[in-house]
This record gives sequence, C-alpha cells and structure tokens, in this order.
Amino acid sequence: MGRARAQVEAALLLAPLLLFIALTFAAPIAVILWRGVSDTEVPRAFPRTLAVLADWKGRNLPGDEAFAALAEDLVAARAAGTLNAAAGRLNSDTPGLRTVVLATARRLARGVEGSPRAAILAADPAWGEVETWGAFRRAGATPTDTHLLAALDLRRSADGTITAVPEERRLFRAVALRTVWIGFLVTLLCLVLGYPLAAALVFVPRRLFGLLLFAVLLPFWTSLIVRTAAWMVLLAREGTVNQAFLALGLVVEPVQMLFTRTAVLIAMVHILLPFMVLPLYAVMRQIPRAQLRAAASLGAGPVAQLVRVWLPQTLPGVGAGVLMVFIQAIGFYVTPALIGGGADQMLPYFIGFHATQTGNWGLAAALSILLLVGTLLILALFGRFLGLAQLRAA
Amino acid sequence: MSAIGRLLWVVLAAATALFLVAPLLVVVPLSFSSGSFLEFPPPGLSLRWYKALWQSPFWRQAGLNTLIIGAAATAIASLLGTSAAIGLWLAPLPCRRAILGLILSPMIMPVIITAVALTFAFAPIGLAGSHWGLILAHAALGAPFVVVTVFATLSGFDRALLRAASACGAGPITAFRRVLLPLILPGVVSGAVLAFATSLDETVIVLFLGGPEQRTLPRQMFAGLKDTIELTILAAATVLIAASTLLLVAARLLAARSARLAPAAPR
Repeated sequence: MGRARAQVEAALLLAPLLLFIALTFAAPIAVILWRGVSDTEVPRAFPRTLAVLADWKGRNLPGDEAFAALAEDLVAARAAGTLNAAAGRLNSDTPGLRTVVLATARRLARGVEGSPRAAILAADPAWGEVETWGAFRRAGATPTDTHLLAALDLRRSADGTITAVPEERRLFRAVALRTVWIGFLVTLLCLVLGYPLAAALVFVPRRLFGLLLFAVLLPFWTSLIVRTAAWMVLLAREGTVNQAFLALGLVVEPVQMLFTRTAVLIAMVHILLPFMVLPLYAVMRQIPRAQLRAAASLGAGPVAQLVRVWLPQTLPGVGAGVLMVFIQAIGFYVTPALIGGGADQMLPYFIGFHATQTGNWGLAAALSILLLVGTLLILALFGRFLGLAQLRAA
Repeated sequence: MSAIGRLLWVVLAAATALFLVAPLLVVVPLSFSSGSFLEFPPPGLSLRWYKALWQSPFWRQAGLNTLIIGAAATAIASLLGTSAAIGLWLAPLPCRRAILGLILSPMIMPVIITAVALTFAFAPIGLAGSHWGLILAHAALGAPFVVVTVFATLSGFDRALLRAASACGAGPITAFRRVLLPLILPGVVSGAVLAFATSLDETVIVLFLGGPEQRTLPRQMFAGLKDTIELTILAAATVLIAASTLLLVAARLLAARSARLAPAAPR
C-alpha cells in the first residue's frame, strides 16, 4: 500500500470525528467566544442612531440629527418588536436605562410634536446626559471590548477613556481573585495530602497496596454529583459530622458547615485528590529504589535522600498533578453551586448565572473567555508535564 | 527516614486514604436505613428508599433518560472514535498535533463553557431541550476517551497482519472485520465504557441544555439536593456508585487484556 494512499485512507477515517467535533463542539465554542466581543441587540434596533453616533466625539451632547435618528429608531424598533431586547442590553450597561428607553418609545409612538430633540428631552431628562448616549455607542460596535471590560469591572465612558466602574458595582475582579485563590488552596491541599499517599502506594507492603489503591480509585470512579451529595449528608446541620461532634460533646448545638468556604474546600479536595495522587504515583513508581540505598551508602542522611534524590525526580508528577487539579478546580460548577455560600461563588457560577438568569450572553461569553484564557495559560505553563500517559490513568 | 518522619508519613497517608473513602462509607449504609433522617448509624436496615426510588415516576424517567442518552452517545462516540483512532494509527498525517488538539479539546475545556456554548448555539436550531442535543454533546465529550484507548491498543497491533490479510486476498473491509477489529475489540469496548461513564457522570450540560423532559439521574439528584436531602437521593447515589464501579472495573480489566496483546509495546 502506497504512502499517499494510506494517508488518504487515514484522512477519510479521521474525517467523520473531526467533522462531528467541529460541528457539535468547536463551532458552538467559537460562537460563544465571538459573542463575547460582539453585540447584536442594539445594532438591530438602533441602526440609524448608531450611524449618526459613529463620528460623535463623546464630549458634548450629540446634535439634532442624532435625536431625529433616535426618534425614528425608537418608533420603528417598538413596532418591529426588537426594542425590548435592546433596552435590556442597555440596562445591563447602565441600570435604569431600560425604563428610559421603553417609556420614551411609548411617548414618541403617540406622535412627535415639534422637534425630535425637544420631544425626547421632554420624555426623559436622561437624554440630556452624555453618558446615556455613550451607552448606545458601547453597545453598538462589533468587535467590541465592552463585555471584556465589564468582566474586569472596567468600562469605556462616552469619550472613549477606560475607567473602573464605581466601587459598589465592582464584582468580577473579586470573583476572579476568589476563583484563583480557591483553585490555589485546593491544589495546595491536594499536594500536601496527595504526596504522602502516593509515596505510600509505592512503599506499602503488597498486601496493603490493593486496599490503598482501592481507596484512591473508588472515589475517582464515583460520579461528581454523588460525592457532592455525600458531603452534603456529612456536613448538613443534622448530618453525620454534627451528630458525631454532639455525641463526643465537642459542641453543644449543631454547627453550620454547609454553604461555607470550608465545606467547598473539603469537598473539592476530596473530588480532585485522585487527580493529584495518580500522576504522582505513576512517576514515583518509576524511580529505582536502589538510588535511595546508593545515596545512603554514600553517607546521605534521611533528609538528604529525600530532598536531593527523591523529590527532584518526582517533580514531573507534581507538575502534572498540579496542572490537572488546578485547571479543574477553577472550572468547578456543581459542587460550589450546591455546597458554597451564595456570596462566595466562583467564576463558572457567574458564567451560568448571566447566561440563564439575566440573559446577558455578552457578559457570560466574556467571562467564559476569561476562564478559558486562564485555563490555557496554566496549560501552557505546565503543559509539558501532561502526556497521554496521565490521561490513560483514567 | 527518621522514625518520627516515617510515623508522620504513615499517619498522614492513612488519614488521607480514610478521608477518600469515608463519605462513600457513610452514604451507602444510610441508603439502606429504615429511618427517615440522616441518622448514622441507621436505626435499622430496609430497602424502603430503593422501593421509593423504583416507584417514583420522576426517578424512573430519569433512569430511563440516563440510559437512552448514555447508550446513544456511547454508540456515536465509539463509532467515530474508533474510526479516527485507526486513521491516526494508519499513516502520519500533516498537522497531526492540530488534529489531536481538536480531538482532545472537549476533555480540557471547562465544562461550564461547553454547557453555555451549546445552550447558546443549539437553542436556535431546536436542539436545546431535546434528547438529541444531549446525545450529541455527550458523544463529543466521550469520543476523546475512545480515541485514546483504541489508539493505545493499536500501538500493540502488528501491522504485518494487515499485509498478510491483503496478501491472502482480503479487501480492506474484510481485513478490518476479520483481523483488525477482533484484536482491538477490548480497547474499543473499554473506550465505550469510559464514554458511557462520562455521560453517566455529566451534570452541568444536562442542567443547562436539557429541559424538564431530559431529566437524567445526575440532574434529578442536583434538583433534589437543592431542596431537602431525602434518603431516596442516597439510594440513587448508591445505584450510581455501583454502576460506575462496575463499568470502570470492566474498563480496567479490558484495558489490561488489550495490554497483554502487546507485551513489548512501548507504554
């Protein structure tokens, strides 16, 4: 069989899966990421206004032709049914703008007396403010950095300068920091607990090995929702841990443990620990034991054996484990949603929240970009440790 | 290692191992409780929560949906994944790294992004709130596992066998059916098992993309946990623990069997 023919056959065998993943996975991901840098609602409803605002400098109120275009757009969009979506989009930029837009459109639909400018300003004084018009411009461009800036608690004012949003409306920097911090804590705890356990797997007597491996694999095989449920049972007010504490007299009344940061950390460490132990074990069992004996015979004490012979050789396993735990931890949704406190949620929660609860897809998409960039950065930093061998540990 | 260090190590490792299994060791006995509360140890043993599980139309529908979606997704993932793994093995293609990256990307993508992306992209074409939407999504998540396991099995397959089949007059289809497939079957089945386990475990995409008609066991559990924790949920959890343990033990045995086919293959 010729090489070229084999390549054609190989391509034909690969094509169905590549096409399938492209259509059912890659394309939807591309669409949502694109949504993070584009805007559709306001351009659909306000084409004339945006055209006039294109060469507006954003320092003073726009001229009469902008008001005339706005009046036309408001009436037309109200009739076409595109106004509500656009008003919702503007409202997520500037709270209160929904009412302004809808009420003005209602007034204008009854008929415009005199100049559009006067009629619009009479309908709502908000139209006399530069920033109201700035909101239109922010929501009107594609590609736009509006959502990405919003995901970092920044915004562009009407004249184009980037400023931080007011203190009381800041949220996402804290969320991003919290996500990274929880990811870091979970990874650190997994490393501290997982490293001795992985080493124990290498050094235990044959008899105990099966039992210990089972202890690592059983939770690894059990689905995430089941393990989350288990922790909810243990940590509930009337749950097992509280029962034990009460029976032992450690506490007088049940302690609130669910819906706290600690509960989230415990459950996440439990769920992700096998992803630390398995790559560490895979690396550790390759290290020849004779090396430790050789080091000892050359006069190395226990600490020197550990620090100079053993630890350096386990670093690839540490890298792989840290990578797998951290990138999964910052993407956790189910466990924090069920066990975490409402005010202590991570980035994935807000992606889901803005996609389904507020319908602010642009922001949900921008937050997705943020999470994905973070994940890819970590992958690039630690990726060389991650081979197919680790994936096969599953 | 010094005696204190050794003791510390043993205690820490044993405590961690206990930490790993303890939650499951509490949940499984509680699901057989004859009481109605999270009282541990249970006041007595009974199968009442399993009976409640079986008799609830919601849980039964959820079980049925889990099986339908899992089976269909596994079938698609196995078919496409096996074909792709053979393609990867057959000949070195240009931009192989990019191809591998695309195939494995569903494993690396944070699942919340996949869930939101699919909800956004599938809703306009009528795939949100349908069984098909979830089947396609779960197939995409499961296919990489099939590719990885089948490809690993193929690395132990002797290419000379295909030339021999061809020399004996077998066409490519006969050679695949009579020579290649029987030898890589353990790899295919273990990949399929992993794909099914992935679908069985998947909660986030079901929450976002599925409608009330697509309730699966994980989704039903999620809804129940948001409410009050009933022991029926723990019975369902125990069923899931048993199912995934069985599946993954099967996958490991099959993987060990296909590895034996190729004792000399680089691992």
